[in-house]
Amino acid sequence: MKYTERFDGRKPEELREMDAKVGVVKNAVGSAMFKIGKTVAIAAVYGPKDLFPKHLQNPKKGVLRCNYNMVAFSGAGDRVRPGPSRRSKEISMVTKNALEPALDLSPFPKTVVDVFVELIQTDAGTRCAGICAASLALADAGFKMKDLVCAVSGGVVGGMPVADVDYAEESFEGGSVDIPVAMMPRNGEITLLQLDGEVSKEDLLKAVDLAKKGCQDIYELQRKALREKYAKEETK
Amino acid sequence: MSKLLIENKQVVIPGDILAEGMDYLPASGTFREDDKIICSQVGLVSISGRLIKIIPLKGKYVPKKDDNVIGYVKDMTYSSWFIDVGYAYEASLTLKDATSEYIERGSNLSDYYAVGDIVLANITKVTKEKSVDLSMKGPGLRKLRGGKVIEITPYKVPRVVGKQGSMISMIKDSTGCTIFAGQNGRIWIKGDNPAQELLATRAIQLIDEKGHNPGMTEKIKQFLEKNAVKKEAKK
Repeated sequence: MKYTERFDGRKPEELREMDAKVGVVKNAVGSAMFKIGKTVAIAAVYGPKDLFPKHLQNPKKGVLRCNYNMVAFSGAGDRVRPGPSRRSKEISMVTKNALEPALDLSPFPKTVVDVFVELIQTDAGTRCAGICAASLALADAGFKMKDLVCAVSGGVVGGMPVADVDYAEESFEGGSVDIPVAMMPRNGEITLLQLDGEVSKEDLLKAVDLAKKGCQDIYELQRKALREKYAKEETK
Repeated sequence: MSKLLIENKQVVIPGDILAEGMDYLPASGTFREDDKIICSQVGLVSISGRLIKIIPLKGKYVPKKDDNVIGYVKDMTYSSWFIDVGYAYEASLTLKDATSEYIERGSNLSDYYAVGDIVLANITKVTKEKSVDLSMKGPGLRKLRGGKVIEITPYKVPRVVGKQGSMISMIKDSTGCTIFAGQNGRIWIKGDNPAQELLATRAIQLIDEKGHNPGMTEKIKQFLEKNAVKKEAKK
């Protein structure tokens, strides 16, 4: 089955409507909300704090610990079973791996920094939204970072390379491939690249390219959100 | 030719390019990538000569040697106390540095500092692994009795103190409170009555919120005067 026009009328390279807000959880050291289409992620950062059991400590630098979770009502009607699952554990790990290259925790040896990512509404692209929110939250918490991390999925739906696959496209009958990409846009370093499905080399390159372009748009939005919060605070 | 891409005191975020060329030097909160200097921390730019550094706006306290800090006694052993100074791990205060008094052999150590006490201590040593040693020997270092402790962003403490202590002595004078500002963001306030303590607390919280605005001293002065007048009117 051919896919020529996107279900929601977007252009192949167009992302869903986005929104970002910094400082949404007052109790946390840093926090952020990131929304792309109907997917909404909230990230909160706590720490640096003491880490036990002791063998998990690193005497050279702090440890980053991420926790990804979809809340029970976040899906399209089916209740999401709460608590850790194989899937959420994997996404927690890739989130950590995506953020770590940007983050410098060397001033906090033997400690842990906790990042909690909660998805309150989901429509595909949750790990990417989670990474976008988490990187904003870490920057908001005042940690040293080389750059913000941006993430969006590329994909091939019914033979057409597209950016930012939503749930309807992901479950397209004619076959779809989902390729989440996270990167640090300033130097173009990719920190996450996963692939779900079967794809030709040409399509893969095209989809990754689209995702990279999408990351640039997200970068602008993230920077605007972060700058706005502090610019406002300082001139209040 | 080197080029500066930002202004002094501008708000910057991680990934911002601050300067191009080799004439400028990266200091804390920045790093060099090729010939560019890049920001790595949310904060305000401070340019002094060729150095570009970031004054952080947020973040937890990181212990530094010679800081005076306010800590809570959390635990004790037969020869030392463990004190929470706001960092991930507790700092240790050994018997040797605990007091200038002579401690009799076999005396009860909780007579000196008991769990739950609040102390003003000095950081004498911070190792690479960030284990912290404290000392209570020094002018002004003591157990803090009564009063209350409020917490603010550690990076705003210099604003609360002001230039040569101008801000803090203004608050002290107009509220009549005794105030100690620990570098770790804890501030101890003790006044004759709760109303005075509250006024001092609110003034300090105002600085915490609006820290880096120009003309802060004037604003706090007005705030203190305005609220002091109200108090008299009530009487």
